[in-house]
Amino acid sequence: MASSSPPLEVLPSTRLGATQRIDHWWLAPFAVAVGLALCGGYATWAIFQGQNYFAEPYLSPFYSPCLSAECPAEVRLLGITWWPFSPAILIMGAILGFRGTCYYYRKAYYRAYFMDPPACAVEEHRGSRYRGETAFPWILQNLHRYFLYLSIPILAFLWYDTLLAFRFDGGFGIGVGSVVLLTNVVLLSGYLFGCHSLRHLVGGRTDCYSCSRFPEARHGAWRISSIFNRHHMFWAWTSLVFVCLTDLYVRLVAMGVLSDPRLI
Amino acid sequence: MSTVDATGGVAAKSSPAAEGHPVATPGQRERSFRIWRGTAEKGEFVEYTTEVSEGMVVLDAVHQIQAEQAGDLAVRWNCKAGKCGSCSAEINGKPRLMCMTRLSEVPDDQPATIAPMRAFPLVRDLVTDVSWNYEVNRRIPAFQPRKPDFEDGTWRMHQFEVDRPQEMRKCIECFLCQDVCHVLRSHGKYDGFIGPAFLVRAAAYELHPLDTADRATYLKDEGGIGYCNITKCCTEVCPEDITITDNAIIPLKERVVDRYYDPIGKLVQLIKRK
Ligand code: SF4
Ligand code: SF4
Ligand code: FES
Ligand code: FES
Repeated sequence: MASSSPPLEVLPSTRLGATQRIDHWWLAPFAVAVGLALCGGYATWAIFQGQNYFAEPYLSPFYSPCLSAECPAEVRLLGITWWPFSPAILIMGAILGFRGTCYYYRKAYYRAYFMDPPACAVEEHRGSRYRGETAFPWILQNLHRYFLYLSIPILAFLWYDTLLAFRFDGGFGIGVGSVVLLTNVVLLSGYLFGCHSLRHLVGGRTDCYSCSRFPEARHGAWRISSIFNRHHMFWAWTSLVFVCLTDLYVRLVAMGVLSDPRLI
Repeated sequence: MSTVDATGGVAAKSSPAAEGHPVATPGQRERSFRIWRGTAEKGEFVEYTTEVSEGMVVLDAVHQIQAEQAGDLAVRWNCKAGKCGSCSAEINGKPRLMCMTRLSEVPDDQPATIAPMRAFPLVRDLVTDVSWNYEVNRRIPAFQPRKPDFEDGTWRMHQFEVDRPQEMRKCIECFLCQDVCHVLRSHGKYDGFIGPAFLVRAAAYELHPLDTADRATYLKDEGGIGYCNITKCCTEVCPEDITITDNAIIPLKERVVDRYYDPIGKLVQLIKRK
């Protein structure tokens, strides 16, 4: 049906945004565009800022692991001396790459920013050169699993930081910040565990579980990942918003604006 | 009956009572519909008003209009139960099955627009030519079961292994997902992309525990899976609630990544095999 063209008279206009839908279809892409811009804007500022990211015992998640020599001694790893900028920039590529190539965020920004399409059954720009993810730059989305590999150790560091957030003066304690860091790492874990690439790699690529080695482990891992995957959008948004709020909390405590009340 | 131009302006209007139709009895009320009449060359939206009652679906109203006012109105249907996939159309711009859309779900503050699917050539009125889909279907590398497990020619598999392909088997071939997919609808990639319905079909084979065929190359090249930018409109419209994007397309995309875009993974596989 190479020659088939849609019956244009049914919808006279093929201009961007033309549709017969009568609901508020533009609301969702608009909300996504604003939400991503706000979170992205705050995260960029916080990452480049390079100050007030540690308030003992809390380390901002944007700065973990803290790899440069300027990191506070309590959380310093490697102590890279040749790096003159904010230590968060050293790990930013992995995090940005992971979120940026995530199957959910792809949908979100293709719709909200590239209007490709803006919403279902709503007209978009009809260039004849549509290549989707078959050509540069979007073909690079296929590298998502590599960003997953980089993000797994970062998540492990965040869990380690969270454990440290329950240590006050050498003993166990709980501050509001401990709960904030714990919530943050749980949300980030929910996001990562439901990753489509992870779901594929831990068991989804297997067709015949009973013919494979470790069938129960494989199918079990796939099933657990699928539970998180079903609500991947929820985890993507909550973890994104909360990671910004966690940074903000640590920042305000470090600046002395908040006092971080101790619960235990 | 009154005509409406294609941009929505009402040209004339008259009530059914004025045209000699019975006045609504309790529980019944009038509703208006703008239905596409004509062919791809020439056509317009025509407004019809008819009496509807509780529980009616859009297809009931269309049938009633056909019976009372427009005997030559072309509409395809068969089961009226959401199982044959014949009555696909666009109701207020949303691809849906007419027989599964209750009138109570359709806003009544303005005439409901009923248009044919836009991604396929129009035959007449609400009927489109969906034969391209059957051609695509024929080209998908067929299911290839492994050798039978037993001498009587049977196999053994577990339910948990066939859950995934069984989800894909719910497809009723309504082609609403094909209709809404912007790769076909807006970008016209009929030559290079098989569309979500046939990615579902390919997944039904590909994820099956008995299947031995390898479709990664087909999916990447002929299937054009890279054209899908996972924007999920197909999943939103599927009347069978098949999680098309997450459970069919993305797992297939990941298999294509295994084959073509993961050099480290390939190296690991190679070392493991040695
Ligand atoms: S998710 Fe892919 S196949 Fe489905 S409608 Fe969007 S572009 Fe088309
Ligand atoms: S996958 Fe769903 S929407 Fe697509 S043809 Fe099958 S039943 Fe219809
Ligand atoms: S798909 Fe969203 S994190 Fe991998
Ligand atoms: S008539 Fe069979 S699905 Fe609507």
